[in-house]
Order: sequence, then C-alpha cells, then structure tokens
Amino acid sequence: MAKLNMVEAINQALAEEMARDPAIIILGEDVGQLGGVFRVTDGLWQKFGPHRVMDTPLAESGIVGVSLGLAVGGFKPVAEIQFDGFVPPALDQIMSHLSRYRTRSRGRFSLPVVIRFPYGAGIHAPEHHSESPEAILAHTPGLKVVIPATPAEAKGLLISALRDPDPVVFMEPKRLYRAIREEVPEGDYAIPLGVARVVREGGQVTVVAWGAMVREALRAAEEVAAEGISAEVIDVRTISPLDDQTIAASVKKTGRVVIVHEAPRTCGLAAEIMARLNELAFLSLAAPPERVTGFDTVVPLLKLEEHYLPDAPRLSRAIRQVVHF
Amino acid sequence: MLTDEFHPLDGGRVALLAPDGSLDHARRPEDLDDAALLRLYDQMVLLRSADQVALSLQRAGRMGTYPPTLGQEATVIGSAAALAPQDWVVPSFRELGAMFLKGVPLRLLYLYWMGSEWGSHFPEGVRVLPVCAPVGTQTLHGVGLAWAAKLKGEAAVTLIYFGDGATSKGDFHEGLNFAGVFQTPSVFVCQNNQFSISVPRRHQTAAATLAQKAVAYGFPGLVVDGNDLVAVYAATREAVARARSGGGPTLIEAQTYRLGPHTTADDPTRYRTEAELAAQAPYDPLLRVRLYLERQGLLTAAEESQRQERHEEFARQEAREAEALISADPDEMFDYTFAQLPAYLQAQKDYLHRVRGDQQEAAGG
Repeated sequence: MAKLNMVEAINQALAEEMARDPAIIILGEDVGQLGGVFRVTDGLWQKFGPHRVMDTPLAESGIVGVSLGLAVGGFKPVAEIQFDGFVPPALDQIMSHLSRYRTRSRGRFSLPVVIRFPYGAGIHAPEHHSESPEAILAHTPGLKVVIPATPAEAKGLLISALRDPDPVVFMEPKRLYRAIREEVPEGDYAIPLGVARVVREGGQVTVVAWGAMVREALRAAEEVAAEGISAEVIDVRTISPLDDQTIAASVKKTGRVVIVHEAPRTCGLAAEIMARLNELAFLSLAAPPERVTGFDTVVPLLKLEEHYLPDAPRLSRAIRQVVHF
Repeated sequence: MLTDEFHPLDGGRVALLAPDGSLDHARRPEDLDDAALLRLYDQMVLLRSADQVALSLQRAGRMGTYPPTLGQEATVIGSAAALAPQDWVVPSFRELGAMFLKGVPLRLLYLYWMGSEWGSHFPEGVRVLPVCAPVGTQTLHGVGLAWAAKLKGEAAVTLIYFGDGATSKGDFHEGLNFAGVFQTPSVFVCQNNQFSISVPRRHQTAAATLAQKAVAYGFPGLVVDGNDLVAVYAATREAVARARSGGGPTLIEAQTYRLGPHTTADDPTRYRTEAELAAQAPYDPLLRVRLYLERQGLLTAAEESQRQERHEEFARQEAREAEALISADPDEMFDYTFAQLPAYLQAQKDYLHRVRGDQQEAAGG
C-alpha cells in the first residue's frame, strides 16, 4: 500500500473509477490541463482526454445545471466547484433541481452526480475561500453529504459516492489536503455512505466530529488522556444521511458528549445531533451536551482566522466541562 | 438560410404566413405541404381544446393552478413539429402542446397540474424533461443534454423553451454561453409573449430584441413572428438541421402574445386594457392557418365545429383518465427521495403511518 495525502487519494479514486466506468466525466473550472487549483484532478485530462475531463466557462450554476442534463443523457458527472465560497451560485441548481428530480418524476430520472469542493478555513486563504456550508446542504431533501477526514477515508467514501445512483455532495477539508499522509488501499476500496466510524475508543465522553475537526478531536482526546479522561472520538463521515445510531450507542456508553464543527453555531449540524440524542439517548445523559463551533460571524480574513476556528484546546475545555459537570 | 437573410441587429423578422392567410410560397419549407399544414393546424386546435378543458377543470376545482397557452399555439406546435423522434424537448411551463406532440400522454400533463408527481413520470423512451417552474434554470439542463448527445456522437438535438422573462436570468446566459463554447446541438426557443406575469417585455431588457443576445454568445439569433406557424416551423427546422449537422446552437425569439392570464391565479385586467387585448384578435395564430386552408379548399365550417368537439371530447376523456391515476398514497413522498429509502426517512414514514392510524381510529370511534 502506498502512503498518500488526501489530494493524491482523491485523485487515485477518480482515476480508478474513471478507468472502470466510462460514464464518469469530470467538469469544472481549471480541472483540465492545470489539474485543478489544488491539483486534485492532476494528470486526469492527460490520461482520459479532453472529452472526459472538461474545463468549463467560469459559472458555478452552469456547471451544476449542465451536469443534470449530462446525467439525464447517460453520464455520471463529477462537478468540481473550485471553492466553498463559490457554492452559493450553484445552490439554485442543487436545491431546486438536482436534489428533487428523482422524487418529482417518481423515479423516472436518476441523477448520479457528484459535486466536489474544498471547504473550510485554516489555510490562510483569501476572502470567500474558508466556508463550511454543510448544514445548508444537509437541510436539502434528496442530497447526500459526505465529508472525509483522512486520505484513505477520502478514497473509500469518494468511490461510494461515485457509485451512488443519487446526487452526492463531497466536501473536502482543504486544510487536510496535504497535512496527513497514510496508507491508502489500492483498487476497489469502498466505504459505505451513511455509516459513522469510531476513530478512538473511550469510556467517559464522546466527541463527535467530521472533516478537519476529526484531527482536532483526536488531539484533544490525547490532551485530556493525560488528565485521566477517556474520550471516544466519532468521525461522522456522512453528514446526510446521519448515522445517529452509532453516535447514540457511544453516548449511551459514555453518558457525555461534545460535538464540534467549524461551521457557524446557529442551526449547525451540532444542533441536529443534540436533537437526535434527545430522542435516542436522553436518559443516558449524565451532563448537558456541549458544542464547540465556529461563531455566528462571517469567517474572518487570515489575521483572525485562528480565533474563529475551533481547535484542540477549546475542545479539551469543553470535554473537561462535561466530564466534571 | 433564414439566419443569413434576417439578422436581428438589422431589424430582420421572419414572417411567412400573413394574418390574412396569404403565404410566402418561396420561403415555405418543402416538407410543409398542405397536408402537413392541416395536421399541424389540427394539433393547434387540439392544444386550444386541451387548454379550454383544463381551464374548466380548474374552475370546477378539479385542477390546481394552470398556465394556459392561449395565443401561443403557433410557437409551441410549429417548433416542436420540427423535431425528429431522437430529439429532446426541455420545457418551461407553457409548452403542454410540445410535450404532447413529443409523446407525453395528455392525461399525464393534466395529472401534473392536478397535483401529482406521477404526471412527470413519462413513459420510457419519451424524450421530454419535466415542467420547470424556476424561470430559466432549465436552459442549462437542455444544454447538458445536448452536450451529452455530442459527447456520445448521437445526432440528437435539444429544443429548450423559456419565456421573455427568462432572458433576464443568469442561467439563461450561462446556458447560452456553455452552448456556444461547446457548440452543443441546442435550439433555444424564447416564447416572447410580451409579459412576465405583469411586467412587460420592455422592462426585461433595453436591447431591441431578445434574439440579438445570441450574437454575444457567438451563434445565430433569429426573430420570427411567433403567431405564424409556418415561420416558426421554418426557423426551427433550419436551426435543428444546423444543430444536427454539427453547426451548433441557435436562439429563436418567437414574438407572440399571451391572450390569457399568466396562470389561472392571475388577473391580467390589472396590467393591460381591454383595448390592447382586442387589438390582438386579428393576429390569433389559428385564424390565419384556417384562412389559408379554407382558401385551399381543405377546411369547411362544418368540419371545424366537428374538429373542436372531437378534440374537446378527447381532452375530457384524458382528464377522466388522469383523475383515475391520482394516487392518495403518502408513502410516495418518502419512497422516491432516494433510490433506496434511508433509515431516517423510513422512521418518518412509519411516524406518518402511526398518526394517520390514530386519526382514522379516532374518526371511526
């Protein structure tokens, strides 16, 4: 097994699936000859040609809208939106059409479209390059929303997304693109969508995280372990459908929970997870759930970015709070 | 080529069948002989009959809000008639006639406006996309479909409909731009019916025509008299042939006039006068074809009333068939959200079963 970073793992998943399935095509801004601004599609234009890896005009609604037509026409488009901050123009096509077509045609039209985009803060990027819009997408019926946390996870989850018959939004934590290198299984390696994973086992408190925040959660678990606190860390992996069973099972065991996301706090996914835990594990709770989130502010420019982002110290603080309640 | 002869920036406008029924024989498409004209006229009458039946159903509370085609029959029928079986229709929401002509049963089109998603479950092989309410967004779907055909080497053309208001939307421009860049086999038909609900055409753009917008995207645009069946057919036929032979997209602005309300929920007396409406009467798209066909000895008054009765009876029968297809099973809300029902939706479906069970029990007790 080769040790890959997340960019390489995603690239490998795309290359292998494109070789396996001639219906898969890639389209987006700068995805062709350049290989994408983060080089995620590096070499694919050269390998599969300009009819399968296509640079489009600079128009996000256009990229998603034509992907719908391409899917009806028999293709499986992988649409790249260059940055999280440029997703809003495409939301009309995503929310008004892509997510609704199967149900509104009672199954006549199936849209196997994957929308990939790098998301999140922490790389000192310019304005509008640090957003975490997963809650808006998870609130949209008919969409699946997937966020990997490691290179191997990214490969396995993307392969499942590419094989899914429904539209999948695949959000890539750009902060981790090159931060982690790990062994990534070669070939047919699919991780089912909708199943969370326990990354680290523990008995006293459950920490729920996804994407770039999984690394922070593991750091915090390490930090509090020194104080004798045993934290279990769950990587949600698929924001929608949300595997509330795995989360609830862990909380029933630990009785305490901290949920972390870098998206704004109000109506963020942590609120939904708390609601599910009220339904599924209320009587097991020994302390009020805590959430550590981004603020209900605009993500600041790079000089203040570190103050916005949840990190291991904030998480450790919350963990101590619920454990010593 | 009409696009060489009539340039939108030079004030060109294709008009072949005058309101008095006189026909420009020199420019008449060769495949549109009198027999073909009669068949298309019959479709226009059918469309008007289907419209009238829909309006009466709506007034009787048997149909939801409905957007009538009244006045735009030549644009809808003349354009769709120029397609081959392998071509696609991508409608907005006032193209019932085109969807029907392309193979969607009238009962399904009624069923959709009656309020059932099964009305968009078209039979396999029918190359029509569902009605699209968010104005102009379907432009991109049609371009994607055309692009797919081009990538697969299929000779299928995509006919994309929208109204004058759609030309103000971003997706219209993104769609035309993609079509120009990738030279997709797309034909854009703008049903310029002069109104976006109440807002008149002049408030949508300062440009003299809508067709001239094609110039900026690098392909031909053409203004046609949208109440002229022959002109619409001729323009679409030429555009379809160009698209099919790899010549890329065309934008056709069909200048027509909406004689009815935007939808049954609209009250046009608030934004246009009786006099304005009355002035449109001589331009009725059915009238001029009838005048021509009568002059050719192909129509009589007696046949005309029979034709209308026959079509209205057909439409009423289709409406009854549609009502028989209405499903009252709320499980369907959940079952088609994804290919496979996820656990959380199963739980919501089970919940609805429980509360409905309780309510039925309470009602029974």
